[in-house]
Order: sequence, then C-alpha cells, then structure tokens
Amino acid sequence: MNTIRPGLLPPAGFSRRSFLKITVATAVEGGLLLGLGLPARAMVSDTLTTDAPFAPNAFLRIGRDGTVSFVMPMIEMGQGTYTSLPMLIAEELEVDVDKVVIEHSPPDDKVYANPLLGAQITGASTAIRSMYVPLRRAGATARVMLVAAAAQAWGVDPATCVAADGAVVHSATGRKLQYGALVDDASKIPLPADVPLKDPSQFRLVGKPHHRLDISGKVDGSATFGIDVRLPGLKFAVLATSPVLGGTLASLDEKKALAVPGVTQVVRLDDAVAVVARHTWAAKQGLAAADPQWDAGANAKVSSADIVAQLAKAAEMSGAVAKHVGDPVAAIPRAARRVDAVYEQPFLAHATMEPMNCTVHFTKDSCEIWVGTQIPGLTQSAVMRQTGLTRERVRLHNHLLGGGFGRRLEYDGTLRAVQVARQDEGPVQVIWTREEDIQHDMYRPYYYDRMSAGLDEHGAPQAWWHRITGSSIVARYNPAWMRGGVDPDAVEASENLPYELPNLHVEYVRQEPLTGMQTTWWRGVGVTRGTFAVETFIDELAAAAGKDPVAYRVALLAKSPRAANVLQRAARASGWGAKLPAGQGRGIALCTGFGSFIAQVVHANVDKDGTVTPMHVWCVVDCGLQVNPDTIRAQMESGVIFGLSAALFGEITIKDGRVEQTNFGDYRVLRINEVPTIDVELVDSGEAPGGIGEPGTSCLMPALTNAIFAATGKRIRKLPVGQQARRA
Amino acid sequence: MVTLTVNGKTHSVDVAEDTPLLWTLRDLLGMTGTKFGCGQGLCGACTIHIDRRPVRSCLTPVSAAVGKRITTIEAIGATPQGKRIQAAWLALDVPQCGYCQSGQVMSAAALLAAKPHPTDRDIDDAMAGNICRCGTYPRIRAAIKRAAAGGESK
Repeated sequence: MNTIRPGLLPPAGFSRRSFLKITVATAVEGGLLLGLGLPARAMVSDTLTTDAPFAPNAFLRIGRDGTVSFVMPMIEMGQGTYTSLPMLIAEELEVDVDKVVIEHSPPDDKVYANPLLGAQITGASTAIRSMYVPLRRAGATARVMLVAAAAQAWGVDPATCVAADGAVVHSATGRKLQYGALVDDASKIPLPADVPLKDPSQFRLVGKPHHRLDISGKVDGSATFGIDVRLPGLKFAVLATSPVLGGTLASLDEKKALAVPGVTQVVRLDDAVAVVARHTWAAKQGLAAADPQWDAGANAKVSSADIVAQLAKAAEMSGAVAKHVGDPVAAIPRAARRVDAVYEQPFLAHATMEPMNCTVHFTKDSCEIWVGTQIPGLTQSAVMRQTGLTRERVRLHNHLLGGGFGRRLEYDGTLRAVQVARQDEGPVQVIWTREEDIQHDMYRPYYYDRMSAGLDEHGAPQAWWHRITGSSIVARYNPAWMRGGVDPDAVEASENLPYELPNLHVEYVRQEPLTGMQTTWWRGVGVTRGTFAVETFIDELAAAAGKDPVAYRVALLAKSPRAANVLQRAARASGWGAKLPAGQGRGIALCTGFGSFIAQVVHANVDKDGTVTPMHVWCVVDCGLQVNPDTIRAQMESGVIFGLSAALFGEITIKDGRVEQTNFGDYRVLRINEVPTIDVELVDSGEAPGGIGEPGTSCLMPALTNAIFAATGKRIRKLPVGQQARRA
Repeated sequence: MVTLTVNGKTHSVDVAEDTPLLWTLRDLLGMTGTKFGCGQGLCGACTIHIDRRPVRSCLTPVSAAVGKRITTIEAIGATPQGKRIQAAWLALDVPQCGYCQSGQVMSAAALLAAKPHPTDRDIDDAMAGNICRCGTYPRIRAAIKRAAAGGESK
C-alpha cells in the first residue's frame, strides 16, 4: 500500500537547474519567472534532503534506493485523484504504481497551477482534463532520461533498451539496471525536448480499474486529515461567530470561561469569539460559560422570504446578455404555444464530514499552517496579505480532505484560524463545531430562473429565453473571469445548451443576498444549478407537446451524438416506457458539463403524503477516455447520492438574520437505508477525457423531479422537493 | 484523574468525568482515528466500542467507560470481524474522502460480531446512524456482505 506524506518541502533535489527543467519539461506558465526570480525557493532549499538526486520535473523524483515519489498537483478529497494521477505518471515512467510514494504538493500557484484554472486549484472536475497530458509527459521525460543513462553506461543505442517495472533492460544482452542505480547519471542527461507519449492502445495501466492508492489508512484510522494534526504543545480552540450574519461581538464573560478547567485563553474578534483550551471539550465548555452576547446589526429582521422577494424583483430587470441567437423575444409571442416557468433553488451548505478546521502556529516572524485545502497557493497568498509576512515565512502543509464539495475552495477558515493564533502562543487547532460549520458556511447561492419558450404546431421548441438571477460567485472569487456583467459559471449550462434551437436568449442578473452571507462553489458548480433549470424546462416542453421526454430531447440532439447516445442508452438500461404501479414514475435528464456526457433515469415512488422514495437510478456516462473506470463508477454513485440529499432535503433558510439549520438533524442528508439501487454504465467513446466528480450530482436533481412529475403530475419548480408532491 | 483501558492499554487522563471519550481519545491520548463529525450522535463518525458494543464517543463521558474495555479504529483490525471488514473495504474500494470510514468500519464490525450473517434490514438498522457525504453506501453494503460471506467460508 502506498505511503502518503506531507509535501511542505519542494521535491528534494529542487535547484535552480530543476526549475529550469520544470519550465522546459512541463511548460508551466510562469515557471521560468519563479525559477529565476523569487528567492523563496533559495531559502527553502537549505532544508532539502539529498537522497533523491533525480527530480526531472515538479511531479516526480527518484531516490538512489529506487524509491519513486510523485508530487500531486491536485488534492485528494475522495474523488480519486491520488490514484488516477499516479496512474498517468506511472504509465509512462514504467513503474509499479502500487509502490510509489505520494506527496501533497506544497503551495505554489505557478509550479502546480491547474492549466485550466491558472492557479493551484482542485475543482470543477478538471484534474484529469488538465493533467492527462502533462503528467504523462512528466513520466515519459524521466523514463527517456533513465533509458539514456543506461544506454550510455552500456555504450549502446538507447533505442535498443526498454524500460519496464522500474528498470532499464538492454534487450539484446539482457543487461538490467534499476532506476535507483541510474539516477545520478540520468540527472546529468540533457532534458529531452519533446518526448513521445504512448498511444492509448499501448496503455497497460490507464483504462483498467485500479484499486485506490489512498485508502489503507482510511480503514484503520491512520490517514491524516487536517483535523488530525498533533503537535507538541498543541491547544484547541472552539469558535462562536455572531449568529446573526454580519453581527458583531458585544460582550462576554471572560472570567467564567477562564474558570473552566483546561481553558487557557479567550480570544475576542470583531464578529466572533474563540476559547482556547487544553482540549476541545474544555474549549466548548469555556465557550458556553463565556455566554457571548451580540450586536445583531442590519440583518436582525431579515428572513429568507425577504431575500427571495429581492431576487424575484431583480429577476424582473433585464440582465447582461450571455448568449443571443436569432430573435427569441419576437418568436415566442408568435409561437403556436408558449410555456413559461420560474425555478428556484435554495441556499445549500456543504456539510463536509470533516468539519472546518485549521491549525496555525504563529510567531512574530512566521506563520505555519496545517489544513486540508483545495487551494494551497491562494491560501498562502491570502495569509501573506493578512499578516504582511513574506512567502517563505508562511508555510502551509496540506492534507487529505474530509470532503470538499467546493467548501475548501475558500480560505476563510484559514484566515479565521490565523486571527485566533495571532493572539495565542504556540500552535492552536481551531475547530468549527458542526453547528458553526453549517451556520457559517459560505453557501451555494439561491438562484431564481425565469424561462419562456415558444413551440411550433408540432410541439418542437422554436425559441427559448432564460434569465438567471442570483449571487455571483465568480465576481467575488476571480473578477477577471467575469464576461462583462455575465457570471460565466451561473450561465454555463444555459448558454451551452446541447439542444439545437433557432432562437435562444440567455441573460444574467446579479443579485447578492444580505451582507455577511457569502456564497461559493458547491458540487457541480454552475452546471448543477443550470442543469436543473434546463432539464426541468425541456421536460415541461415535452409534456406540453405531449411527447415522450426521451424522444423529444433526442430530436433536438442531431448535432450532439454523444448526448443522444447516453440518453438513449440510459433509457434502454432502465427499460424506459415500462408500465409502472400508481404513484411511481421515471424521469430522465441529460448533463453535458465538464467535457462529459451523462444521462440518468430515476425511478421514484411518491406516497400520498408526498414522501418521495428514489428506488433505482440508471446512469450512463461518456467521459471520453477513462483513466480509472472504477473511480468513474464511484464518482457517479457519489454524485447521485449527493444530489439526492440536496434535491430531497437540502435547504439553508434564514430567520431573523440567522441560519435556521444547525446539524444533521435539521440539515438532512441521505442515509444508507434511503439509497436507491444505482446502475452505472460506461461508454467507451475514446474521446478526450472529461470530468467526473461533479456531473453525477448535476444530472440527478432534474431526473428526480421529472420522475416525480411522471409519478404524480406535480411539477417541482422549487427545490428541495420536501412534501410538495403531497396528494392527500 | 480517570483511568481508561483503550485497546488493551491502560491510560490515566486528567479530565473531568463528563468529558466525552471522543475528545479524550483525540486531544489527550493522540488517537485521531476516531473522528469528530457532529458532536450530537447524529453522524456516527466517532463510533468506538465499549465492551464490544458500538457507542458514539462524542456523547459518551469518560465516566461511562471506567473499568470497561474501549476499542477504537486503531485496534479493530485485531478482531476477526474488524479484520474481515477492513479487508472487504479495501477489496471493494469503499472509501472516498475517507473521513467517515473509521465510524463506518466500527459500526460494521460490531454488526458482524452481533450478527454474522446480516440481512439488508440488519445492515440498515446497524448502519443508518453513520453518515457518508461521499455516498459510499452501496459499497458499504456490498462490503459488509462480502465480509460476512468470508466469515462463512472459514
């Protein structure tokens, strides 16, 4: 089983030469600048070990003992990257992937930048899409150098040598040298400029199911998540943030808190308090004793209804145009039939199983951080801005993430922990209770979608109009990604419709919720919200036309054969059209985000009291070239269940400025007894690899609500489903 | 001072009697395999065994475990059921993020100890208290059945 170890340090053997090599070998944008310009590495390089002399690029190194270490440019939060990415390197390097050491990458937005996102970010189902070629090239480059070193040693043509299983063999004479014995010579070989990569037909590893490399520690408790960091002298802090969003701390009873055995300190912040103690329980008790009082501020009377009313009002205004084809505004009134709908999707929390936490050791001239994050580089930079410390003085150790789902694409938790640690001596682990985690999450925005369509006399859609209103995550997260006033994430599934329509209009209105309530990414990002609206609406159009939902969609997919194929295969797998008992129905949906094509059929039962029981889900996925097929299956199962939780129950509501939900009792998620049978079918299309972590969730929600419609005739236009389909 | 027997080893810990075992294990004994998930007995991430029965350590005060045998994820592999469960978990690649899996393994091992051949209903009853946000439930179910079948063949 593989070892996973922290990657605070850059790969051993990192030197100016290595940087130049990285730049050449992986063409990471800005690598040259980093290699030559920043002193950070020079400082850190003092601590480098020398046992791994061969580090041809940022992603791998080989020690003299033959130990092969892979540095992961993406983080592992369950999605399987710590298996699929090593498979890509090992495939070309010709080593046993089960024996490699996996390292978390250190924070570095240049060297470990996600080519699709421009910084060290794991998200948006981009790991395989962005790393499929670079990691294979990393492995192939090293292999070519090792082969060259062996050929040189034997005085033979490299073309007569073969690399296999961590060694180079001279085929004619049977001579063999292990990689470990070649590393010193290989490191002196000039970097090959353009190494050939294997043709997929030659893959021995990629494309075949491979056991996960990261799970032995996950079944015996030895895996280390951020919350598991233990340091000499570590103290524990529990937080309370103003329960009214945007409120401030008014007063507290510090004396009573300090009287609790084990409590060492009370840290006052503008809008929060943290109690520090020898252990978490004492900190919790201390916090209760402190009984903090709050100034509610401007949001004291705000409720969800106010926020939704504002959204509805904003949805009456015209927005920034994302896409305009033909003249839908003129075509809709002229159509034989008009269909209008409003869809609402609630605020959602992430509720990762590992509650938010961050451990910080702050001294007068340094800040050391232990956390699990999807954005190590951005987090380090944010702490530099917060503290005024230079890059080399902000050290960040990344960890396995106990769930991400977008929550750990933010550094708010780390900044908060640094605020606490600045007032404390020694390392402190700041823990969010589950209540704090849910009530002070950064939420998936509430979205309000207005849609209209015009159908011709045969029921086919001639014009489609869509206005999306909601908070803009992109405008806050990275304004440079905005397109004028259009949030490209919010409109993604709407403007990239797979369906062919002669007249199409998509626009976006930005409407932020109350101050103090921040919004962020959630599994499936904009594709999840958009797919719900689009796939519910197309289902409504099919119903208005009196057509079969599968046939109606397929008729509009002449130019998207992969989409049509997954739809038809999902229908076939489910036995679409079968007669069902009363109260049961099947719904279908298509998702075309992240470079993948997915169709799902949900079979659901709806009781008279409106209780919805998903019984069976069929999922057909064409994500192009498959790296680890079993991971694709696992991510589809995962996405379906995550989507079911949200669609059936998920909702964050506000009353008197406070989040009403507190814990898993009132923020319900699916349990094992509620899970339907899930069948996953993989399509072997051989196309470019697509993403798989998110679209399973995106596709599920409309497939479920369309099934409820099929079962009851009740159209679900507002999530969560709750008991809306009640008939009694 | 409270004296606890954890995985066969005796520890003296300086905590109040009402301190939950969860924090005693994690923060004072440095045994971090047992996870904090909700603090209210709603998610099962903190499941341990006391005298072979599964309990939620976030709600169980140390006083309730004095003189009893505490088993945690770190040592469950030494029991026949725990060993089979872990092997089945690996064989079927159950974990994803893995954070809830300590609790899942502990609940499943207790189930097998009580019911060597659990039905689907037994699995629901024993495992419904353990939340997994990654949705590994179908594989958990399959792995429990695999582990149970492995027991039969011995």
